[in-house]
Amino acid sequence: MAVYERRYSPYKGTVTPRNTRFLVLPAYSYKEILSSKMFLVFLAVWGVWTLLILPILIYLPHNLGFLENFGLDPEMVRDVFNYDGKFFFGWFMVPSMTVAFLAALVVGPALVSADLRNNGLPLYLARPFGRWEYVLGKSAVMLILLSAITWIPGLFLFAFQSYMEGWDWFSSNLGVAAGIFFTSWIWIIQLCVISLALSAYLKWKPVARLSLILIFIIMPRIGDVINLILSTSWGSVMDLLQMTGIIATRMFGIAARSSVPLPVAWLSLIVFCAVCIGVMSKKVRAYEVVKS
Amino acid sequence: MTPVIELENLGVRFGRHQVLKQLTGSFSGRSIGLLGPNGAGKTTLLHCLLGFHRPSEGTARILGKDILEDGTEIRGQIGYMPERDAFVAGMSAVRLTRLMGELSGLPPQEALERAHEALFYVGLNEARYRKLESYSLGMKQMAKLAQAIVHGPRLLFLDEPTNGLDPPHRNRMIKLIQEIRDSGEANIVISSHLLRDVEECCDEVLILKEGEIATYCNLEEERKANLRFIEIETQRGNAAFAEAVGNLGCEVAVLSDRKIKTVLPENVRIRDLYQVAADQNMQVRRLDYKRDSLQDIFLKAMGVSHGGL
Repeated sequence: MAVYERRYSPYKGTVTPRNTRFLVLPAYSYKEILSSKMFLVFLAVWGVWTLLILPILIYLPHNLGFLENFGLDPEMVRDVFNYDGKFFFGWFMVPSMTVAFLAALVVGPALVSADLRNNGLPLYLARPFGRWEYVLGKSAVMLILLSAITWIPGLFLFAFQSYMEGWDWFSSNLGVAAGIFFTSWIWIIQLCVISLALSAYLKWKPVARLSLILIFIIMPRIGDVINLILSTSWGSVMDLLQMTGIIATRMFGIAARSSVPLPVAWLSLIVFCAVCIGVMSKKVRAYEVVKS
Repeated sequence: MTPVIELENLGVRFGRHQVLKQLTGSFSGRSIGLLGPNGAGKTTLLHCLLGFHRPSEGTARILGKDILEDGTEIRGQIGYMPERDAFVAGMSAVRLTRLMGELSGLPPQEALERAHEALFYVGLNEARYRKLESYSLGMKQMAKLAQAIVHGPRLLFLDEPTNGLDPPHRNRMIKLIQEIRDSGEANIVISSHLLRDVEECCDEVLILKEGEIATYCNLEEERKANLRFIEIETQRGNAAFAEAVGNLGCEVAVLSDRKIKTVLPENVRIRDLYQVAADQNMQVRRLDYKRDSLQDIFLKAMGVSHGGL
């Protein structure tokens, strides 16, 4: 079917493997996302922090002579930066979770709403491409992006610190690496399913974006009110950030501030994610059927 | 030859509402029309064949493959043009068409080439670089057709393809459908409530009414069979003339004071009718082969009386 021939012709060439076809969606999404200069600057700033400033902070105490040149007391630096779970949690994990949230706020709400808002979904699903492949493709956009922000640089920093300190430090702090990896994934999955569900349910990017903020700001406040009125701490289960914090601090070996038990924190996150998946399952359809 | 579509007691139910009721039939035409009033179940049937709705009973086969077992494989051979507006906001036509090509399994470079070709073919030319939300209704319909044919499917489902089009755009759409049909490379299923569109594009018609098959009609055969239907208009009252024509062995229906409709048996020629008129000193004003139009067939199927044979 050459342009000048202007006639219909069937396609007789090779086809791409079906099991990797969902990756077409992230490829298209990234072209769009990375065309925003603001977003690129945002990622670059985070890159400077994780790949330049933090490695320097890790490197300096191992080159004490360099610090002495600047009149700094190396021991003081060692005291300030104790490279344990607390350091990685405070200097890397908390900022990375914040940056991941901001990235999800920009990227997530637009992912499904653009297709649903103009009935674009039947175009996807009339092809050899199922609903769950569609969801997987859209999720992959978030999973890849947020991984690049959280656990990938986190494990790089851990590896760098291990290289500088040696085997003993590495073997005694393996829990920190596990903490970085698993906490990141808990946060990524949460952000991914919540933002996709909001995007599918509300079908309007600005409203979905606002709702994502409200879930992480208003819901905890409602929980606080419940705690206050009923003199309990169970209202905190509505605070997803706090629930993630309870799990994360346990992984990093830091004392948790909340009185909510660990299994309850897990249950709260699982229930919330299950609800979001349920919403997606209902909304991500070629056509919604109203049953009488 | 494998039938294009085979329906086997196919039923679809939404809650308590039975939308399609035990549809059965086999269709092999190059171009199959789905006709019916609004709510007859045409779009639901297409959606069911595409796997959007699971049948509550029975099954169907497309190009010999079962929709329940080989849904994905079937969709690989189908191009679908939905009825309603369907696009992704913020995308140009060429980008959307390329994306759809890639999702159908075309490698990226092939998908890009074919996207350009498909958009040229439907006449979007330079407009293909514009965002879809800036398109007119006619252009959106053409873009939907382009994304449906980008991967060169063996079967095209077109749901109300001329909906809301002005006459030039409608003619263009009909011409494209006829071209694709005549290329012999793809079968077409058109769902429409516009009789003229179906009559111009299809050689088989399935008329649905309240979720059931009201009539199946092979338009090609119908056209041939109806060649011996004659409608005669005379100058004055024709009771005696009708009787005389009946005496020739023809089946006659008096449509009005001056019009009769007759079916000629094999041994009676047109010339004989003129002879009868001459014998009765009756002036024949008009004599037409009057085949049943699709409208007649449709109205019969809907149970609306329209006179005639």
